[in-house]
Amino acid sequence: MVRWILIAALTLGFIGTAFWGYKEHQDKNAVLIQAENTYQRSFHNLTYHIDLLHDKIGTALAMNSKDKLSPQMVEIWRLTSEALSDVGQLPLSLLPFNKTEEFLANIGEFTYRTAVRDLDKEPLSDKEIETLENLYDQSEEIKDELRQVQHTVLDDNLRWMDVQLALATQDEPADNTIIDGFKTVENTVDEFTESDVQSFSTTVDTKEHAYQHLSGDKIDKQQALADSQDIFQVDHSEQIDIAQSGKGADVPIYSMSYQGDDKNAHMDMTVQGGHPITLLVDRPINEQKISLHKGAEKAKAYLEKFGFNDMSLFASSQYDNVGVYSFLYQQGDTRVHSDAVEVKVALDNGDILGFTARNYFMNHKERDIPKADLSSEEAKEEVNDSVDIQEEYQAVIDNDFGEEVLVYEFIGTMGGDTYRIFINAMDGSEEKVEKLNDSETDYASMT
Amino acid sequence: MSYRLKPFVLFIFIGILFISFPWSNTQRTVKAFSDQVIQQGAEGDDVIELQARLQYLGFYNGKIDGVFGWGTYWALRNFQYEFGLDVDGLAGAGTKQKLVKASQYDKQFVKEQIRKGNDFNYYGGMDNNQQTSENEDDQDTASSSTTASVNVPQGYSQNDITLMANAVHGEARGEPYVGKVAVAAVILNRVESSTFPNTISGVIFEPRAFTAVSDGQIWLTPDESARKAALDAINGWDPTGNALYYFNPETATSSWIWSRPQIKKIGKHIFCK
Repeated sequence: MVRWILIAALTLGFIGTAFWGYKEHQDKNAVLIQAENTYQRSFHNLTYHIDLLHDKIGTALAMNSKDKLSPQMVEIWRLTSEALSDVGQLPLSLLPFNKTEEFLANIGEFTYRTAVRDLDKEPLSDKEIETLENLYDQSEEIKDELRQVQHTVLDDNLRWMDVQLALATQDEPADNTIIDGFKTVENTVDEFTESDVQSFSTTVDTKEHAYQHLSGDKIDKQQALADSQDIFQVDHSEQIDIAQSGKGADVPIYSMSYQGDDKNAHMDMTVQGGHPITLLVDRPINEQKISLHKGAEKAKAYLEKFGFNDMSLFASSQYDNVGVYSFLYQQGDTRVHSDAVEVKVALDNGDILGFTARNYFMNHKERDIPKADLSSEEAKEEVNDSVDIQEEYQAVIDNDFGEEVLVYEFIGTMGGDTYRIFINAMDGSEEKVEKLNDSETDYASMT
Repeated sequence: MSYRLKPFVLFIFIGILFISFPWSNTQRTVKAFSDQVIQQGAEGDDVIELQARLQYLGFYNGKIDGVFGWGTYWALRNFQYEFGLDVDGLAGAGTKQKLVKASQYDKQFVKEQIRKGNDFNYYGGMDNNQQTSENEDDQDTASSSTTASVNVPQGYSQNDITLMANAVHGEARGEPYVGKVAVAAVILNRVESSTFPNTISGVIFEPRAFTAVSDGQIWLTPDESARKAALDAINGWDPTGNALYYFNPETATSSWIWSRPQIKKIGKHIFCK
């Protein structure tokens, strides 16, 4: 009897201990993941901030007007302080990382000093511009190194907790890519210390005007179903699911989805007027047969089929065997940046894989475009002298306050970089400057 | 009879080999470019040839990487201007013909350099071997890609896309493709929103924001469709209609999430404002 009680008690105790141990282990894991995530966030934020910093400094170089430059300097200053705080949260206390911190502090100091002073009275001197150019080159190298480290981290699933452990135990970390990577970054910065150290990669923002100009009558589900069957190019409408949006939607829409053996597709259509807002087709894509250029023609024809006339090709990019195109609405000679449509074309047979006209339908209307007060020659005067202007357009963009303004859009080069510069066609103020970059070293092919 | 025929057949066979081999070789070097009109944003062998030929003539000073970016665009336009062609930045039949006539293209050399990941130039009138510096760490030269760069959307890096693909895979694997794009779109909508962090990594790693991050599933290797979904979202596709939240109604534990105005359901997830 006693023996049985003893066995029962011991078994219970054992189960209890096992359970407690398991719980403890789980808790520990949760905390470890939490800590790991914090490190990961700081690291990825750091690389992103440095990348952005590099772009902003480049943009500042291409700017001309003082009232744009000051906010840009403030922006760079803000980014350096963010980047510094990112560095501060990484477990690098045992690593020599002070040079990079110093570099960031230098940029911060330089931009702060220029941001607070009245640039109208005291514009940037040649020496200061040279300093800024130096900083630009340096940030590029650091950015590249960091992106390379980041690629390795992501590719090999490296853990910051391992770095922490390696640093803490002071074992000879045989091959710790993160530590090695950061040492390279640090050395890169070191090469610059001799140099004399004395700010938008955002795409054109469109404030949302919320579908105020949708044309047409309301359509019913039957109509939407029939339209989507046509767009999906499927034989039977029974295979298509349809649902109407809930009350959180910006505008009432029907959502249709199709699940087939060969492909899946999904699209949204406005209830008002039955306009297609977004379409996505998922299917395996074979070897490339048609060129990006041919694809653009297909995309254009597709748009015209849906009544999008007067669209002009704005940008095109090839991702493996898919072409992605962006079109802008063109009213007369003026292109309207907020009325944008994107189209995705499979480059194996030219099928349309996707389409999104959300921006277009949110903003589109026939506008009263006034005549420009300035000639394009006068507007060019407002562009930084070191920018070599190659192309010009007239355009409507949303300014920083979300109002639509008529501008001259200049595309120009400075050094090896290309910039897009918007000059207000009425008062000549510099509305926006963007540095354009479109390709990146394939890190995967470098190792 | 059959004995006598065999050497004869063999002879013809060898003859065909001899004739066809050099012939196909010369064919390859003489016939430049494929028929396509090359435009900005394209990538691949034709772009490599275009860049190499433009560099040979001194118009292009950038890296020969097989991606038709802005640098290539300006070089091509300058070439068209100097040679009295229509300046349209498109490499069509006329432009390609002029290019082939004016320049030389050592395909083998150029491709070899790219494959090895070397730093190299291809200016005309210089010895090729003086224009290349060997990549020091080239133990692993068997790179599968033929271009040295890739297209990325304005303002993003491949790493940002990978990070998003990781999050999408952790959160929405098993969902239909559009459900993956939707999750990626929510991440981007949060980056845009003023009440959430301003970076992709900030949004993804925000404490308790995504379950896949909290339980470590984000570190599963993402599949190709997660990566494509992330890219689609970055390129502007948002099947959610501007949603900031989503949840799985079967597993959602918070009652707060039910109070959000709902937009639509995609796969297992309900998307809301």
